[in-house]
Amino acid sequence: MYKIVKKETLSPAVKLMKINAPYVARKAEPGQFIILRVDEFGERCPLTIADYDREEGTVTIIFQEVGQTTKSLGMLEEGQDILDFVGPLGVASHFEGIKKAAVIGGGLGTAIAYPQAKKLHEMGAEVHSIVGFRNKDLIILESEMSKASSKLIITTDDGSNGTKGFVTDELKKLIEEGNTYDLVIAIGPLIMMKAVSNLTRPYGIKTVVSMNPVMIDGTGMCGGCRVTVGGKTKFACVDGPDFDGHEVDFDEAMRRQLMYKNHERQSLEDHKCNLGGETNA
Amino acid sequence: MPNMSPDKVKMPEQEPDVRNKNFLEVALGYTPEMAQEEAKRCLQCKNKPCVAGCPVNVKIPEFIQHVANGEFEKAYEKITETNSLPAICGRVCPQESQCEKLCVRGIKGEPVAIGRLERFVADWFMQNSKPQAKSIQKNGTKVAVIGSGPAGLTCAGDLVNLGYDVTIFEAFHTPGGVLMYGIPEFRLPKALVQKEIDSLKQLGVEIKTNMVIGKVLSLDELKDEGYKAMFIGTGAGLPNFMGIPGENLNGVYSSNEFLTRINLMKAYLFPQYGTPVKVGKNVAVVGGGNVAMDAARSAKRLGAENVYIVYRRSEKELPARLEEIHHAKEEGIIFKLLTNPTKIIGTDEGWVKGIECVEMELGEPDSSGRRRPVVKKNSEHIIDVDTVIIAIGQSPNPLIKSTTKGLDTHDWGGIIVEEATGATSKEGVYAGGDAVTGAATVILAMGAGKTAAKAIDEYLRND
Ligand SMILES: Cc1cc2nc3c(=O)[nH]c(=O)nc-3n(C[C@H](O)[C@H](O)[C@H](O)COP(=O)(O)OP(=O)(O)OC[C@H]3O[C@@H](n4cnc5c(N)ncnc54)[C@H](O)[C@@H]3O)c2cc1C
Ligand SMILES: Cc1cc2nc3c(=O)[nH]c(=O)nc-3n(C[C@H](O)[C@H](O)[C@H](O)COP(=O)(O)OP(=O)(O)OC[C@H]3O[C@@H](n4cnc5c(N)ncnc54)[C@H](O)[C@@H]3O)c2cc1C
Ligand code: SF4
Ligand code: SF4
Ligand code: FES
Repeated sequence: MYKIVKKETLSPAVKLMKINAPYVARKAEPGQFIILRVDEFGERCPLTIADYDREEGTVTIIFQEVGQTTKSLGMLEEGQDILDFVGPLGVASHFEGIKKAAVIGGGLGTAIAYPQAKKLHEMGAEVHSIVGFRNKDLIILESEMSKASSKLIITTDDGSNGTKGFVTDELKKLIEEGNTYDLVIAIGPLIMMKAVSNLTRPYGIKTVVSMNPVMIDGTGMCGGCRVTVGGKTKFACVDGPDFDGHEVDFDEAMRRQLMYKNHERQSLEDHKCNLGGETNA
Repeated sequence: MPNMSPDKVKMPEQEPDVRNKNFLEVALGYTPEMAQEEAKRCLQCKNKPCVAGCPVNVKIPEFIQHVANGEFEKAYEKITETNSLPAICGRVCPQESQCEKLCVRGIKGEPVAIGRLERFVADWFMQNSKPQAKSIQKNGTKVAVIGSGPAGLTCAGDLVNLGYDVTIFEAFHTPGGVLMYGIPEFRLPKALVQKEIDSLKQLGVEIKTNMVIGKVLSLDELKDEGYKAMFIGTGAGLPNFMGIPGENLNGVYSSNEFLTRINLMKAYLFPQYGTPVKVGKNVAVVGGGNVAMDAARSAKRLGAENVYIVYRRSEKELPARLEEIHHAKEEGIIFKLLTNPTKIIGTDEGWVKGIECVEMELGEPDSSGRRRPVVKKNSEHIIDVDTVIIAIGQSPNPLIKSTTKGLDTHDWGGIIVEEATGATSKEGVYAGGDAVTGAATVILAMGAGKTAAKAIDEYLRND
């Protein structure tokens, strides 16, 4: 059992939890993830390691309540336990030699990008962060991101806060203003990562994206998480989740994401009564 | 007087048309009367040919004699002198190519039903024995076992009985390996595997789940934590794909994913359990081993109308246990033999709609002695399916190898060991089971666990 030592609500559907998991905390690195199972009936649910404290023995996760698992997780309170929590999984991000980077977060992707921005910042790299949300109520991690970045741009689709528009518009502006990045990290919806990769390709800027396919074991055993990268099949859980954005087959990834749509709806319908609420996915 | 019937005493089973809609066990087991009658078919051969066919040399005529005499507890003790998981082996060993293959009764009729008798004895014991607290003299030496499949469980069991403090590290949330996530409930009830695991815990084995060794701790770190020796029994979990076009379409599963969703995550009880599985109406399972049979029969049980086994060799070469092939046919699985897939065809939205195959004929024998299938000209055809399950084998997972310095492996991933001991190239580290041999059998994995336990004991005594 893994105790929830802290719980915070970041935006209406986004929650942060600090989980007591000393073994995972000892080894965790930015770019890696954990898989948890809330209870006996639950799915194995992969979530990025947003932060960790080796001394305290805790791992922080940030999740959006989109379906049954994340909603039941969101209903747990401080002091309660999660049944299973396994990690750290996946390959840690490599930042050797990076002097200047742009970190792009789309919606919840910001939470996944945050540890990477933080690590780059701690290494002394110049970090420009551009994070986009649908509207101002959905903005998360603003102060954390601003601490980890020398420049932070927040865009909203409806312009309700700061800049109206998409993250790609802002990135394009920065590049055209003459910023030369050693690395662009883009994390968010597939469509956004695809757009960023298409934008940076002609400039030849190395672009890393984080793939979040459906996973079960997270150890390379089921093959359910396969993505096509550079024409080859890769398992996101062991070869990734970070990949070269210029090589990823995003269209295939988008199709694969729809595999369980109907089941997910059914699962949520069947559980709505005991979750007591509307879906906001 | 021995029972001279040429046939085995029939095993009571669920009717095919009933069982292909549920996940309850197919074979129901002998009654004591049936077991005694079958036991009387054994001729008590002096030279015991059957024993040589069993990888752990179960004392077959001796235990069968006890069954014939109605001394079931004694029979159990006899079996467990060399086999610690009889309830499991009795159910899943490929008896026809092991113990029963060499049984003299098989020359003119069916061999003695050694597997069924073994199962009977184990089941009887579980139901009728009272667990007695065994006191083991502890020696205070810590040993780590990585992986909780049959290899790891057996090694742990032997070591704990020798007085070691044994900790099993398991990547999944449930111990048991393939016995839990691969072989389906209708063939090997999970409660039974759980009982074996519980009895290990009672003996003092500690099981730490959710521990992916190589990620959360390396072998060297385990050593630093005080484990004086280690056994790697991590199995062959890496799924092989065919490398044909269309394998990443929606509706294509590895057998591992399909079976894990169903067995471990209990997708057959969705939505009570949260994990879904998409079965579809027409399903092609590629492969001809136990794994393929399990996937096909599971798909049928989950409502698929037509389930095809697509296998490139002929019936004779099917590597699955005879009983599984027989059961699969009874349950309505359609066998497309001498058929090889060349391409999976998808809809515009990326869902499987068919599998393109060619017919094969058997040519010259290859290195394995089996006749090599060659493509028949102009035999391309399409089978309409909406799900494809690839069950063409698994390789050892590279995770431990890639995070352990000094652990030698073959190019195909198997850990290199000294056969007589299971010792790897790394001092104090032993390995066995599918991680060493590639996908094999439960009983061989158990045997390797036993061999390593003995060698670890010797190593630590001389330390
Ligand atoms: C490596 C990785 C890191 C991730 N990190 C985060 C994170 O930090 N924060 C966060 O909120 N989300 C993260 N996700 C996504 C998160 O795992 C899913 O949102 C979650 O599993 C949804 O489960 P559900 O039952 O609540 O919703 P469902 O109703 O089951 O699904 C909703 C959506 O989640 C996707 N999904 C469902 N099951 C899985 C699964 N087993 N694996 C991956 N995706 C799935 C579906 O495609 C669907 O789009 C990550 C996913 C991966 C693979
Ligand atoms: C569907 C199916 C049906 C089968 N049917 C039969 C049959 O009828 N008869 C028969 O004899 N054999 C059968 N087999 C084969 C048999 O199950 C295997 O040969 C046997 O289970 C191998 O045992 P093992 O202990 O080596 O490995 P496994 O049973 O594979 O167990 C390995 C364990 O190690 C864990 N692990 C892996 N990596 C790590 C890590 N890094 N850290 C911690 N833990 C880890 C895994 O999660 C797993 O629990 C079947 C196999 C399958 C898949
Ligand atoms: S362990 Fe397997 S091979 Fe050995 S006697 Fe029992 S069923 Fe036969
Ligand atoms: S070979 Fe057959 S008949 Fe002879 S002892 Fe073995 S089981 Fe009995
Ligand atoms: S999640 Fe199973 S192989 Fe990646």
